[in-house]
Amino acid sequence: MATQEIAITAATRPGLSLIDRLHGLVVTVDHKKLGLMYIGTALLFLVVAGCMALAIRTQLALPNNDLIGPEVFNRLFTMHGTAMVFLVGMPILAGLGNYLVPLMIGTRDMAFPRLNAFGYWMFLFGGLLLYFSYLGAPGLSGHGSAPDVGWFAYAPLSGKAFSRGHSTDYWILSLLLTSVGTTVSAINVIATALTMRCRGMTLMRMPLFVWMMIVTNFMILLVLPALSAAQIMLLIDRYLGGRFFDSQAGGSAVLWQHFFWIFGHPEVYILIIPGFACVSEIIPVFSRKPIFGYPVMVAATSMIGLISMGVWAHHMFTVGMTSIGNTFFAISTMLVAVPTGIKIFNWLGTLYGGKIRFELPMLFCLAFLFQFLTAGLTGIMLAVVPFDWQLTDSYFVVAHFHYVLIGGLLFAIFAGFYYWYPKAFGRMLNRKLGLWHFWLFAIGFHLTFDTMHFPGLLGMPRRIYTYDAGRGWETLNLITSFGGLVQAAGILCLVVNLLRSLKKGELAGNDPWDAWTLEWATSSPPPEYNFGTTPVVRSRRPLWDLKHPEDPDWKYD
Amino acid sequence: MTNEFAIAVDQSTLEWKLPSSRKVAVLCLILTETCIFSIFVAAYLFYVGKSLSGPTPREVLELPILSTICLLSSSVTILLAERAFNRDRVGTFKLWWLATMVLAAFFLVSTAREWYRLIYQHGLTISTNLFGTTFYSLVGLHATHVVIGLILLTLVFIFSLRGYVTIMHRERLEMLSWYWHFVDAVWVVVFTVVYVIGR
Repeated sequence: MATQEIAITAATRPGLSLIDRLHGLVVTVDHKKLGLMYIGTALLFLVVAGCMALAIRTQLALPNNDLIGPEVFNRLFTMHGTAMVFLVGMPILAGLGNYLVPLMIGTRDMAFPRLNAFGYWMFLFGGLLLYFSYLGAPGLSGHGSAPDVGWFAYAPLSGKAFSRGHSTDYWILSLLLTSVGTTVSAINVIATALTMRCRGMTLMRMPLFVWMMIVTNFMILLVLPALSAAQIMLLIDRYLGGRFFDSQAGGSAVLWQHFFWIFGHPEVYILIIPGFACVSEIIPVFSRKPIFGYPVMVAATSMIGLISMGVWAHHMFTVGMTSIGNTFFAISTMLVAVPTGIKIFNWLGTLYGGKIRFELPMLFCLAFLFQFLTAGLTGIMLAVVPFDWQLTDSYFVVAHFHYVLIGGLLFAIFAGFYYWYPKAFGRMLNRKLGLWHFWLFAIGFHLTFDTMHFPGLLGMPRRIYTYDAGRGWETLNLITSFGGLVQAAGILCLVVNLLRSLKKGELAGNDPWDAWTLEWATSSPPPEYNFGTTPVVRSRRPLWDLKHPEDPDWKYD
Repeated sequence: MTNEFAIAVDQSTLEWKLPSSRKVAVLCLILTETCIFSIFVAAYLFYVGKSLSGPTPREVLELPILSTICLLSSSVTILLAERAFNRDRVGTFKLWWLATMVLAAFFLVSTAREWYRLIYQHGLTISTNLFGTTFYSLVGLHATHVVIGLILLTLVFIFSLRGYVTIMHRERLEMLSWYWHFVDAVWVVVFTVVYVIGR
């Protein structure tokens, strides 16, 4: 195992100057480096957008607070939402897909390595452009700053008449750029997974992670164009005097909402399915059982992808659709719960009777299961039209989707970090710091978002920059804000752990978790060519077959 | 050391064939482009007859029959070019390829003339009314795709004149022709929506 210590990627190899290392990152087309660059950049944006959330919560901690004015507050929640979705969630999923898909299917790189690098740089410059708006958007006229129209930029408020200056243009153009990056990365992952699999890896022998990446990237191809098209229309309205969303000329503001949510709702599933993907790899390994109901998992994921594209207008129950429209979208929304429930039962079925090891990745997965279920249940509540009429645009909705994206997605992503970090860097993350991260983050999460449901039920609307005392919201908001600080402390533990373990972590070896998928068959970190000889597989768990020649999986296929 | 786990199984028993990466990628691209066009088509159909002022489609639009025939037949010529290429008849290939480019260019010129007529004779611009906005966006989006296709076709033609295009590039040419067929198919939809249903 001595060679493990020197098997470090070029980026961290001692002896190279900083300039050489940076140059290496700029010119690289290696899927592993690009994957880590995606994730690293996304984590930077996570910290920035997280600080914005803390600023928002500080403002809302006390009634009649005037720490942050209304204009700044609008920019804060717009930039927080936009950055979290497009600059954190999407690139993390692209990064995980980039890093893991080629390793899991036993190939040496993505199908189109240069296109892959192009995608990363489009994402990075799109992200920088969005934040540059703070400086650039005022322009010569002095109007505007960062975007302040909310992450769904409802027309006509995002039109020229109501959004002066260039703030909305920055929102449009930066997202168009990142969308180009996301689209090429999606094409690349699909092409890789479908055409580069190693010998013997049939579709039904692919790790579930790869299956779910295929589904989520197909969804990107199908729905991201709706956002891009709508943004192009908005740009035409703003710069060429078009009438798409101009109600004075017969245009329809509701059309923008339809187009946005045709993208916007499936987007939630695009974000959460990679979370499912991590959980589906981790739970079996730490239960010491193969995944329960593999084909059903594949079918359920595809069904989620399919159904979620027909539910978008449940974001629009209050704009006055017909009762048939409302009924259709309420029912289709509830229908998504069926395949999602199937998945939860399959994960539970995997846990049941397993020899569970409470390692860090597993802790995050167990928290994910509980929290994602809760988030799903409030989702079903909101799918009921009269309930939604009462609570739409309230803090109940804010609490619901943060429960999905933090309690569900982020916990699953963190599980993935603890699980695959040893593979990417050759060293384990520190367990003690990891436990601090887990408990601080979990407790902070529940303090914030369990509590946040109640001001919503009591009538507190979202996106208000302050509120009067005496409505019964004060204590709840104070607890919510305090929980934010606890979560930030948890994230600090993670960041320290990630950086410290690069040098000081315990050496991991090739296969620290005694896992079964192909990425654990090569060294940690993997060499640039991934596999010296391309592997051949005969079952879903190739490493199990290798470690247990007396009882291989393929005997039972 | 790095690969002590490489898994060896009896390789001879396995038949192993996978689709081409290029084809999958181009199909994905076509899929996502289809979705962009669908949104623009949806917007067009949603706003048919909702303009608050004139001119209306019936007053100003004329059926672009000739340019449609040209664009659709360019799908045939590119097919013939490809066939000649696969049979190693380089001269015929260049001829059909050039024909495709000429037809595409003719289509673009007719669109330009149509727009000129609409703008200068009928005063219909992108900001005149909803019809103008949706018409120029949808037809313009398609024309943009034709322009991109024409640039790619021209590049291939220049390369082939200099003798750079060899049998190695067979699949690349095929991918370009897939894109071209897609652009043509989109025109069928645009034509139906704008000039038949919308008029």
